[in-house]
Amino acid sequence: MSDDESAQTEPLSTEDPPTDSRSSMDRIAGVGSSVRQALLVPALAVLTALIVGAIIIAVTDLDTLPLWGTDPGAAFSQTMSGIGKAYKALFVGSLGSSRAISETLFAATPLILAGLAVAVGFQAGLFNIGVNGQMHIGGMVALWVGFSFTLPAIIHIPLAIAAAIMGGAIWGGISGLLKARTGAHEVITTIMLNFVALFMVDYLLKTSVFQATGRNDPISEKVNATAQFPTLVGDYRLHIGFFFSLAAVAFVWWLMYRSTIGFEFRAVGYNPHGGRYAGMSVAWIYLGVMAVSGGLAGIAGTNQILGLEPYRGISNFAGTVGFDAIALALLGRSHPVGVLFAGILFGALRAGGREMQGAAGVPIDLVLVLQALIIVMIAAPRLVRAIYRIKTPDQDMSTTVSTGWGG
Amino acid sequence: MELALTGITKQFPGVLANDNVNLRVAEGEIVALLGENGAGKTTLMNILYGLYHPTAGTVEIDGKPVQFQSPGDAIDAGIGMVHQHFMLVPVFTVAENVILGDEPTKRLGVINRAKARDAVTEISRRYNLDVDPDATIEDLPVGIQQRVEIIKVLERQARFVVFDEPTSVLTPTEVDGFFEIVQSLKADGKGIIFISHKLGEALEIADRIVIMRRGKTVAEVLPKDIDEAGLAELMVGRPVDLVVDKAPADPKDVVLAVENLTVLDDRNRRSVDGVSFQVRSGEIVGIAGVQGNGQTELVEALTGLRTPLGGRVRLKGEDMTTASPRAMHQANVAHVPEDRQKSGLVLPFTVTENIILNSYYEEPLSRGVIMDWDEARDRATRLVEEYDVRTPGIDVPVSNLSGGNQQKVIVAREFDRDVALVIASQPTRGIDVGSIEYIHSRIVEERDLGAAVLIVSSELEEVMALSDRVLVMYAGKIAGEFDASASTTEVGLAMLGSADEAEEAS
Repeated sequence: MSDDESAQTEPLSTEDPPTDSRSSMDRIAGVGSSVRQALLVPALAVLTALIVGAIIIAVTDLDTLPLWGTDPGAAFSQTMSGIGKAYKALFVGSLGSSRAISETLFAATPLILAGLAVAVGFQAGLFNIGVNGQMHIGGMVALWVGFSFTLPAIIHIPLAIAAAIMGGAIWGGISGLLKARTGAHEVITTIMLNFVALFMVDYLLKTSVFQATGRNDPISEKVNATAQFPTLVGDYRLHIGFFFSLAAVAFVWWLMYRSTIGFEFRAVGYNPHGGRYAGMSVAWIYLGVMAVSGGLAGIAGTNQILGLEPYRGISNFAGTVGFDAIALALLGRSHPVGVLFAGILFGALRAGGREMQGAAGVPIDLVLVLQALIIVMIAAPRLVRAIYRIKTPDQDMSTTVSTGWGG
Repeated sequence: MELALTGITKQFPGVLANDNVNLRVAEGEIVALLGENGAGKTTLMNILYGLYHPTAGTVEIDGKPVQFQSPGDAIDAGIGMVHQHFMLVPVFTVAENVILGDEPTKRLGVINRAKARDAVTEISRRYNLDVDPDATIEDLPVGIQQRVEIIKVLERQARFVVFDEPTSVLTPTEVDGFFEIVQSLKADGKGIIFISHKLGEALEIADRIVIMRRGKTVAEVLPKDIDEAGLAELMVGRPVDLVVDKAPADPKDVVLAVENLTVLDDRNRRSVDGVSFQVRSGEIVGIAGVQGNGQTELVEALTGLRTPLGGRVRLKGEDMTTASPRAMHQANVAHVPEDRQKSGLVLPFTVTENIILNSYYEEPLSRGVIMDWDEARDRATRLVEEYDVRTPGIDVPVSNLSGGNQQKVIVAREFDRDVALVIASQPTRGIDVGSIEYIHSRIVEERDLGAAVLIVSSELEEVMALSDRVLVMYAGKIAGEFDASASTTEVGLAMLGSADEAEEAS
């Protein structure tokens, strides 16, 4: 048996086969896939998730379920209208009005930044699960700058962001340094540093430096108005942070594809041996990647403090953004533009999810289910291909062997 | 009793990998299947092994058509395959590996180890394989691991055995042992398909040689009717120069001076132990030796990838003992690494990206951190043309290229400068005859332009053909020095350590 299986997963190579040295993570992360390929699977994944989501809505509709036994026709129409109502609300809540669009982009802002952080790591063969912790550190630094000074906004905001980038870069850099120096796996160190950051925030928020006067719970002083991100339209929540995230998309694209630094990141990401032979310092590059990734996460953290009410540091202010970011980097195939669209999609799900809960009575948790389903589909591209009967272009020619984690 | 593939055609999108291919092998016969990379040998064998389904054509055993849906079907029909890359579990014993997937069991599903061991001992004795069933795979040398693969195939009652490039991983002595095993399999009535691109081996072992080119079987010859040059011509489709054509060397100044160099390997053993030699401008020095005698570590130390424990490396008089790979590159040292896919290339990168892989940071390819892709593409376009790299374009991933063309990309990248020293490890391993010829001529050209050249190869014939002077490495030491006129036998003996003893005795 195992003989057969191993034979099937590895090409019989008398000659140099077009073997792919990419790790399974790279393939899941979509690093290096062609544009058409890059779009096809994610699009179908989203579609499939929506279909499965509809089925979940149907089978959890407790009012209609008993009706299937007595009057299937009515049950069917009731279920369909329930699904229709839920998805309509999802759409209306995310794109149906200018306020809805504002809410979508507002929710997308930190997701895009955090997604870029993960994507940079993927491109360089590193799995940064520590975006959450890097956001907390970056956010705390921005918070401190935000309430400690009163400066013109044009100076104050950039200063806070620069400080947050530094904070996040250092926090990410620790994992990079540990990997470079000792070979410690970044997955382990970043996860652990998440906990350190999370509880350090709780601790710091109760120290006299941060804690709001007259409070006993972990909540900080309010950020001065000069450091708060100005909103863009009327009383909508969308703020200039969205433009920062667009700028970050452009920057990451330039960095990865137009600079020597990105060339090194990508070369080492695909093949650290090759990078070393070509004279690159793999250790420094790991440090650099984690610093850039952490810096981007730091900006995402800033957004959580300077970009929304109550403009204060609170416990776990990064929420789940750092983890959703992994999902959307996968969905965006680790390409900055892909991450931009994936971020907007996830933002739309969040904004629409609230409307769905309110108008259609479908719990907002369904959004999390949808997100999770999308990721399962992305992680199992063969599943999507099997469902839609898409033939892999070189299915026969090169079945690759997974080589485990890239790092 | 015969296995016959008739009219096999396999169409991949855009590629006709097999075009009406015919191959038959009788029991008790050894058929060599020769062909360049990409000639379709692999596809044909994958069809035989049930991994691919032919677009047209039939596979017949003893005149009865068979259809294999999976390798399992092929195994049941008596087809065995010994892969180039062994499929063994390193931490299991020989017996455990042999029964893996087909475990004999006692009641309650308990594995019958005694039976497994007996089977291994039985087969081992019958074919004179000399394999200990209780040895752990990772402790065994490659040659013995290959025998375990053979036992695996025999244990499953294979009547036809396919060997996929079986000698590429073996030392010269192991090759001799392997040929004896193949002969004993033949004597026992097995039909053997021997896939190779080594012409000499095919002539030595085969009863019949089938040559494939561009998906077709172009010729079928008997070894007695042909020589190596004839085979090469059939494989490539044009006359090939097997002898490296070069003028006598005209050595000038010392470029590389290695003094008493000692290098530790990954397991902290002295794999290079007090080695001293010099390479002069305008000469090619070859380092021969069975693989694993310190050549890898020596090259790594010379190219800055490994810090030596002691000794000196001087380049044109300058101390480069602890120089980084980049410093060596900047000192105009060209390095063709021994494993092109692992170290020499970034496979998913395009041809362009691989061409600039070690010079991307220099002007005019970049200014500061800003890359100039137009410049990079210009260089790639020029080098692809100049070095005859056969590629659909400069923007395709280098993984799409054949081994020979991948190697040309590396050679182009490394030689496109005023090279002072060439260090080439296994420069032609696993590539086709045409590319070998081309790369050899390029190396000689660099010599004639005044570069010092150091060739490290485990293929003795290559070293002898290319070098002006040959050093033999054995157990981390230089075990002998020969000039180009020395006989292969003489050098071959030194590779096995006999000259070393002679030297110590004197």
